[in-house]
Amino acid sequence: MMTHKALKTGGMGEWLLADTPDSAFQAWAGRAYLGLMAFMKNRLAVLGLLIIAILIIIAVLAPVIAPYDPVETNIGNRLQPLSFTHYFGTDEMGRDIFSRIVWGSRLTLYVIGLVAIIAAPVGILVGTVAGYFGGIIDTMLMRITDIFLAFPKLILALAFVSALGPGIENAIIAISITSWPPYARIARAETITIRNSDFIKAVKLQGASALRIIAGHIMPLCLPSLIIRVTLDMAGIILTAAGLGFLGLGAQPPSPEWGAMTSSGRTYIIDHWWLITMPGTAIFIVSLAFNLLGDGLREVLDPRSDN
Amino acid sequence: MSELLIRTRPIRTLKQTVRILVMVATTFLGLLLITFLIGRIVPIDPVLAVVGDKASPQVYEKARIAMGLHLPLWKQFLIYIGNVVTGDFGTSVLTANPVIDDILRVFPATFELAGTATVIGILVGIPLGIFSAVKQGSFLDHVTRVIGLFGHSLPIFWLGLMALMLFYVRLDLLPGPGRVDFFYEGIVTPVTGILTIDSIVAGEWEIFRNAVYHLILPASLLGYYSSAYLLRMTRSFMIEQLRQEYILTARVKGVKEWKVIWGHALGNCAIPLITVIALSFGTLLEGSVLTETVFAWPGLGLYLTNSLLNADMNAVLGSTIVVGAIFLGINLFSDFLYKVMDPRAR
Repeated sequence: MMTHKALKTGGMGEWLLADTPDSAFQAWAGRAYLGLMAFMKNRLAVLGLLIIAILIIIAVLAPVIAPYDPVETNIGNRLQPLSFTHYFGTDEMGRDIFSRIVWGSRLTLYVIGLVAIIAAPVGILVGTVAGYFGGIIDTMLMRITDIFLAFPKLILALAFVSALGPGIENAIIAISITSWPPYARIARAETITIRNSDFIKAVKLQGASALRIIAGHIMPLCLPSLIIRVTLDMAGIILTAAGLGFLGLGAQPPSPEWGAMTSSGRTYIIDHWWLITMPGTAIFIVSLAFNLLGDGLREVLDPRSDN
Repeated sequence: MSELLIRTRPIRTLKQTVRILVMVATTFLGLLLITFLIGRIVPIDPVLAVVGDKASPQVYEKARIAMGLHLPLWKQFLIYIGNVVTGDFGTSVLTANPVIDDILRVFPATFELAGTATVIGILVGIPLGIFSAVKQGSFLDHVTRVIGLFGHSLPIFWLGLMALMLFYVRLDLLPGPGRVDFFYEGIVTPVTGILTIDSIVAGEWEIFRNAVYHLILPASLLGYYSSAYLLRMTRSFMIEQLRQEYILTARVKGVKEWKVIWGHALGNCAIPLITVIALSFGTLLEGSVLTETVFAWPGLGLYLTNSLLNADMNAVLGSTIVVGAIFLGINLFSDFLYKVMDPRAR
């Protein structure tokens, strides 16, 4: 790895850290470089990022890594302890737990990816529109946001799942419905500080429409703080999705969702510890990784935070 | 000038009170609108659930009118508000009782669990938060950070199962799921509904001890999550206070260090801390859904999940409204503390 000092003596480092950058790109690259350096110093955040990278690799290569089919049952082979043929043992249906956890990583990424894709744009849209127009639109949109914010996420998600019916898609919808309000609040706060700045006034004088100003000039500036918040929320989303799976309201059997796997292993808690230990550990490690990464990002990108 | 300030203060307090109450009322209406709409989009036909699928069209139509489902939506919503405000959440399909009776019956168990957990959370979380704020970067500070981080990363249902496996299955130190051993069940007549208190009232010490043993594991589990949250907040409040100049003044004056920390600094954290404790109690109600399922604890959380799995919509939505109302009450309480009690926030 190239250290800060080594770079500085070379031409690359000089270009990146120039006091008077020649182009916007150079300035951007220099800032990104400094941010990266600050981030790399936070070893726990790097560890978090590493775990997430491994998770993504495992998910992509699941068919190669997993030695067995994750859903094919083999009753004759049930409840086998840990061994070299079954690294994490087998479950009550004789399925290889290691293979199920490997395939389950896809479900985890699927859930957090879709929730982020649904909730973040809704939040940013509501927040920027409310913040930009102000007045009655702002009041109404923020009242709706506050109503969702005022109630516990899991309980609301449960109520929505009960209406939509159990299943992983419905769990994703329910979690998304309860996840967007904080993003709207952040986007609104950012918009209000940007709204009255000179460059927005200049664009407005040029005749840009509200749509163009919001989508082209305000939204991009809201992104950094939103990304931190979404990353910090990932752990919570994983835990909520796993909790719904555990209650039998998320992913349905035989799909290898980690929360549902923990739930079906409950019956065998007395003699077969690996049934609940393995999937639960997977949930823990992944949500820990997102918490570490989120904390690290916040320290780098948000100078107001503690520590 | 000062006279004017004194005279306008009650008016301003009143205005603020009214504003907060209006906010709470609209938020509660919003919650009712959500639960009402959930009740409408649910794919179960409520009429069919009552009359059965062999009913003739005439019976079906009569039931539909009797249930008010022929009215326009806004009228149905107004009736719904009226029902909820008077405590009528409909009848549970599962238990055939009015939902409100069921909730009143199961809630004390949740209160007992969440209340004990809050006490544990305060006793563990606040001192740890203070110590780690005073000795930043110390070993204890790092331990505290790990406790906090794990509290935000460990799935509560899994930690509960692992604790059961260790303390119940392997070590046999603590009893398994449930609120009390089954041969003790139903002996004590419920007075408060809180078993540990009821058994003392009845003088059943054996049952009291058994109930406490059963309470230890789930309450410690929830207490851990509560303390993980409280210590993070306490730490940042204390760091904020210890930076202030009045702390420096106190130290320069020669006030003893323990008095500076536990008296001056902590005293100024008191109001935000109380609001955080109140909010954490609300979060525990949420955590109790999963904890009660793991420990077969017969409270609101278990009632909610059982109703969910049996598509008992009245019970689900009734429980949601009750938990939401408690949340609102807690928010209202902390708002009052902040805006009305704390002179700095005026």
